[in-house]
Amino acid sequence: MNINEKLSTLKYNKDKESHLTVDNEICKQCNDRVCTHICPADVYEWSEETDSLIIRYENCLECGACKIACDKKNIKWRYPSCEHGVKFKNG
Amino acid sequence: MENNKIQVIVIGAGPSGCASAITLARAGKKVLLIERGDNAGDKNMFGGAIFTQQTKELYPNFIEEAPIERAIIQHQIIMLNDNDSIKFSYKTNSNEIPNSYSVIRSKWDNWCVEQAIKAGAYFAPKTLVKELIIENGKVIGIKTEQENYYSDIVIIADGVNSLLAKQAGLRNEIKDSDVTVNIKEVFKLPKEKIEDRFLLDSANGAGAKILGGPLKNMFSMGFLYTNKETISLGIGISLDDLKKLKMKPYDLFEKFKSHPSIASIIKDAKIIEYSSHMIPEGGYNSMPKLYKDGVMVVGDAAMLVNNVHFEGTNLAMLSGKLAAETAVVAINKQDFSSKNLSLYGKKLKESIVIKDLKTHKNSVDFVKKHINTITELYPDLACEFFRVLHNASNEPKNEVYRKFLFRILKSGVIFKSIPLGIFAMEKCIKR
Repeated sequence: MNINEKLSTLKYNKDKESHLTVDNEICKQCNDRVCTHICPADVYEWSEETDSLIIRYENCLECGACKIACDKKNIKWRYPSCEHGVKFKNG
Repeated sequence: MENNKIQVIVIGAGPSGCASAITLARAGKKVLLIERGDNAGDKNMFGGAIFTQQTKELYPNFIEEAPIERAIIQHQIIMLNDNDSIKFSYKTNSNEIPNSYSVIRSKWDNWCVEQAIKAGAYFAPKTLVKELIIENGKVIGIKTEQENYYSDIVIIADGVNSLLAKQAGLRNEIKDSDVTVNIKEVFKLPKEKIEDRFLLDSANGAGAKILGGPLKNMFSMGFLYTNKETISLGIGISLDDLKKLKMKPYDLFEKFKSHPSIASIIKDAKIIEYSSHMIPEGGYNSMPKLYKDGVMVVGDAAMLVNNVHFEGTNLAMLSGKLAAETAVVAINKQDFSSKNLSLYGKKLKESIVIKDLKTHKNSVDFVKKHINTITELYPDLACEFFRVLHNASNEPKNEVYRKFLFRILKSGVIFKSIPLGIFAMEKCIKR
């Protein structure tokens, strides 16, 4: 089962704007970009084409791991505004 | 509420927040319980089970009245190697009240909130606290997306990420070695199939901890709980090990699920939900400051998890209750200073919360140091032992024994087990 199929089991209400933001200039300097491989929802992807971090915030499970994992402490992490984000039925 | 002022604001309607709210309401204090989800439990995930002792102290009739799934009467430890597995299974058949129950958080947390409301607490769901209002170093209220609320005391129960404990200056940034990232899938299976697979009768359930195999040589463990008509299966891995692992966490989980001994548990079961959440496992050394003027922090927000015995909800409930009892004393005295709230710290120290965290303050570091022995060597040798014992071949038994003995000596397991034995002994003796 791939990650998109996993995420399709969840109920989301997409927020108007991203609750996850980064300074892309700092991401450009980052060697590891651990956010792109530790996230359980595969929110982060590095685009070589645009030289920028793609943030699929609408898939976020609000676990907070990325904020702690980021070696550059470059992820501004807050909760989605109320009535938005993920909703667990069987947590 | 007059002028948006109330005696106590509790932020977060999980096990600790609900415990605070209901304790305060029962003492006749005015308390507002705030939750960011549309309903309590919407944002929450755990293994998981609740523990009878601390739950009963708050909700005496929960076994009869609450939406519990199954009584956990069977506890398993499953050790995997690459292909095989060995399982220790303990089942209690006594008539004593079971020690823990599996629950589904959306149902359970909501029920706890209902009890708090019945006791007289105010409940505000769909409310996100943006920040604390701090005046001259004293917490005097909260800013939500809609409006400001003021209180004599704020109890922070907003979970592992606790942005508010950080804003209050109670804690520093969390370290990646102090948390585990947990992912879980819930599998739908007919009731009878669950009972057949775990040799259970209806109403009773099983819990398992799973180590080794795909999870070897990292601080990682699988977990499993049976619910009424679902099985919760997941893995946790410390964030520092996950960073080193060149594999996505859900791919590790897929690898774990494909181990033959795990695959058979969830055979033909349909995944109904995927989720993830962090658990604070840094223990005693990662605890924040627990109180300051006008504020206390409880549950996961205070990193109160016993990472060796997999206890969290009970410590959350207990800490929530003790903070509320402290708030009652403070309200009666009309003194909300840090000095007066230090009673909360004292109560925690006298309870199992800090006593147990202290007992295990170096346990995670120790386990991490011996992770290869625990998650690879022991499962390998244990599986090998059973293979040798049951392998009827044409090889004479004394040849077989000799080879196994040689394998044991060569592995260094005896030497490697000495520190583990000493460590366990220390935990028994040290006070």
